[in-house]
Amino acid sequence: MSIEVRGLSKQFGTFAALRDVSLEVHSGELLALLGPSGSGKTTLLRVIAGLEAADAGQILFQGEDATQQHVRERQVGFVFQHYALFRNMTIFENVAFGLRVRPKDSRPADAEIRNRVHNLLKLVQLDWLADRHPHQLSGGQRQRVALARALAVEPKVLLLDEPFGALDAKVRKELRSWLRRLHDEMHITSVFVTHDQEEALEVADRVVVMNEGRIEQIGTPDEVYEQPASPFVYEFLGKVNLFHGRLHHGRAWIGGIEVDAPEHTEAEELAAVAYVRPHDIHVDRVIHDGGALPARVFHILSVGPVVRLELIRDDSEDKELIQVEISKERFRELQLVRGDRVFIKPSRFDLFPNQVH
Amino acid sequence: MGTFKQYSVLPGFNLALGFTLLYLSLIVLIPLSAAFIRTSAFTWPEFLAVVTTPRVVASYRLTFGASFAAAVVNAIFGLLVAWVLVRYRFPGKKIVDALVDLPFALPTAVAGIALTALYAGNGWIGQFFEPLGIKIAFTPIGIFVALTFIGLPFVVRTVQPVLEDIESELEEAAATLGATRLQTFTRVIFPTLFPALMTGFALAFARAIGEYGSVIFIAGNMPMISEITPLLIITKLEQYDYAGATALAVVMLVISFVMLLIINLLQWWSRRSMAA
Amino acid sequence: MSTIALPTPAGIHRRAATDEPAWVRRTLIGLALTFLTLFLFVPLISVFYEALKKGVDVYFAAITEPDAVAAIKLTLTAAAIAVPLNLIFGLAAAWAIAKFEFRGKNLLITLIDLPFSVSPVVSGLIYVLIFGLQGWFGPWLAENDIKIIFAVPGIVLATIFVTVPFIARELIPLMQAQGTEEEEAAVVLGASGWQTFFRVTLPNVKWGLLYGTILCNARAMGEFGAVSVVSGHIRGSTNTLPLHVEILYNEYNFAAAFAVASLLALLALVTLALKTFVESRNGQNRDRENPNEH
Repeated sequence: MSIEVRGLSKQFGTFAALRDVSLEVHSGELLALLGPSGSGKTTLLRVIAGLEAADAGQILFQGEDATQQHVRERQVGFVFQHYALFRNMTIFENVAFGLRVRPKDSRPADAEIRNRVHNLLKLVQLDWLADRHPHQLSGGQRQRVALARALAVEPKVLLLDEPFGALDAKVRKELRSWLRRLHDEMHITSVFVTHDQEEALEVADRVVVMNEGRIEQIGTPDEVYEQPASPFVYEFLGKVNLFHGRLHHGRAWIGGIEVDAPEHTEAEELAAVAYVRPHDIHVDRVIHDGGALPARVFHILSVGPVVRLELIRDDSEDKELIQVEISKERFRELQLVRGDRVFIKPSRFDLFPNQVH
Repeated sequence: MGTFKQYSVLPGFNLALGFTLLYLSLIVLIPLSAAFIRTSAFTWPEFLAVVTTPRVVASYRLTFGASFAAAVVNAIFGLLVAWVLVRYRFPGKKIVDALVDLPFALPTAVAGIALTALYAGNGWIGQFFEPLGIKIAFTPIGIFVALTFIGLPFVVRTVQPVLEDIESELEEAAATLGATRLQTFTRVIFPTLFPALMTGFALAFARAIGEYGSVIFIAGNMPMISEITPLLIITKLEQYDYAGATALAVVMLVISFVMLLIINLLQWWSRRSMAA
Repeated sequence: MSTIALPTPAGIHRRAATDEPAWVRRTLIGLALTFLTLFLFVPLISVFYEALKKGVDVYFAAITEPDAVAAIKLTLTAAAIAVPLNLIFGLAAAWAIAKFEFRGKNLLITLIDLPFSVSPVVSGLIYVLIFGLQGWFGPWLAENDIKIIFAVPGIVLATIFVTVPFIARELIPLMQAQGTEEEEAAVVLGASGWQTFFRVTLPNVKWGLLYGTILCNARAMGEFGAVSVVSGHIRGSTNTLPLHVEILYNEYNFAAAFAVASLLALLALVTLALKTFVESRNGQNRDRENPNEH
């Protein structure tokens, strides 16, 4: 089932959690809402679920307006960060809860409930824990129970709020790929909230990057990582170096380098910032064509297949470190040691006119 | 001291524990044991005879009956008051919240005469019951009223923190799974509150059994009808029947200890189910 | 944590999905307030109403007559002895229990709570059994002309007994929650035991200590049953305020009884006001210590 969000706004006191947010979730896709604390991602998820009422805007499920529908009637499965399992019930009863509270005429028979619960527990590989209580389970097991419980009511949409946020790193990684596989089998429209960019990029079909109650960019993991739409997305997804320079009539100057900037032909003497990923910087001991920036090697981290360099620019007062990643092979070629003088040149970058930061 | 105490760099353990034990022994333990030792003057059949005369048995029945009824009412309304105080906003809420503790702070004698004046046939409240043929003051119903008053804070104050601690996520989870508010209450919230509710009930009950000050004014104190066990102890004392008074006191003490044990078990249960 | 700091502890700001309909809310509030009105507010108001019914002159006459003044003095005396003793006891017990691990700790905590579960009448009786004429020390005391029962010492003893747990039970959980790290740090920095106690431990528990002391004082001044057994009800000499209320009431001098009772009711209100104040201070402290607790 598809979800459409139109012009959602939500205030908490003086804090604007959502500002005119619009979004489409395609039927059967796994969508990640990614952003830092306070970006509005959890609020958006809760408004979609009906746990929170928006101040303005519309929610449509499969094209039908669901804005006024109570959470009970929306048929969404919701998984909470801290599991929210009912501690007074066994695992079995937790999963059966959604079936047991149905009105008599639509409630499945006991045998049917038992059957369905056990199938779901098998699906999450916890059938053997059916008679335990939540406090006897590990965090990862609890979250899988929470997922089974949400699926028991056969929801049309699955919403997950930082589902792995409370787990330690190793369990988190396991559950992540497990969720991906589960989704591939079930194809239920799913939206999950995370502040972990790696998690979003690894699991989701599409990623929605949010900041300060607004959507910064929507796209596949490749798109948002390779073509960030804004400085915020650049900085939030992965490491990035900032080079300050200026823009004028479609040309840009960064230090001693002059480059084309065709998308900024209107610019007149604008201050600008070039955003460059560490692996998009070419390092050499000599200057090649088109100029380069002089820098000094400050620190070398050569563990692993990629060598990380920290450089300090020689031509600038600015003592900010520049992060560069080069292959081990290239590193051996250059035979760099600490203190060496090098020349760097961004091979790929995006220019953004200077904004108030 | 061997394994009695774990090593610590902090000083003062011997002094603090020594003083604690000495004080507790002198003020509490030795005097309490006096009651038990004094009853050893009785043989077992004598003791049983003294504590099971019809008048005494009637007082047990009244004390326990009225205490139980009051504790039940307090459990129901205490839960309601706790719920309203935690969940809803209304004008004057802070004052109401503070006044719930009034029975803890108000001397029982004051409560006793105030309730008597109110629930007497010509009192503010009693006058509405008088025409219906219901007498409250100077009957067992009056005792129930007084015991309800003094037990009121217990349930509220044990349930309130547990209710505050219930994560809203639990209720939201129930709602997303299709449960109505009533189903969420009966299946999720109430079971979580239940141990605390039982603890509050037991505390109110235990307090009511031993209560004296607020009851004697409103009770009427008629032997066999409206005479509570603590009053019977006083009566025996005034008749210089020290042995009889002591025997009854021992019965009351044993009941107190049993209640204390039950309350401790309930609190342990309550803590465990909250921690889980 | 995630996005918005969810507004405050559960309950203050409830969300749409977990709200009851307005009529349910109003009915429940109405029921609760009706119950509290009948059992709490009206009795409280009636004390002051009955006290002032016969006029202000009668009221002041009742609380300034010599027997009433003597009762006030005795009540203050008993509290002035019982509260400090129980304060010292509470601090010692909490220090031993909260800062050290030893066997039998839970039993000790239960024993401290014991006076709460003993009927006030029994609490008085046990002292009669020891110091009364028929008691263990009765004959010896009579020979040496020392009066404890039906005299002030008995009243003080009974008052101490019923108020033993108040301060200790406030301090123990508080000091347990605070752990021993700060004290250990102080010792490592070279502080002596008393320095550690007065400069580190005591400031950390001051609100809890005040809270317990307020409650202890209220009970000490208001105790009726236990004191009634050991007092002997001698007017102007072994009558505390609550006992004086009883005597006046039994003499059908209702206006005077309620006038004296109103003093105790005022004491209760002041106690509740202080308690509420201390609780709010306590709450603030806790918020400051755990800003990240959700």
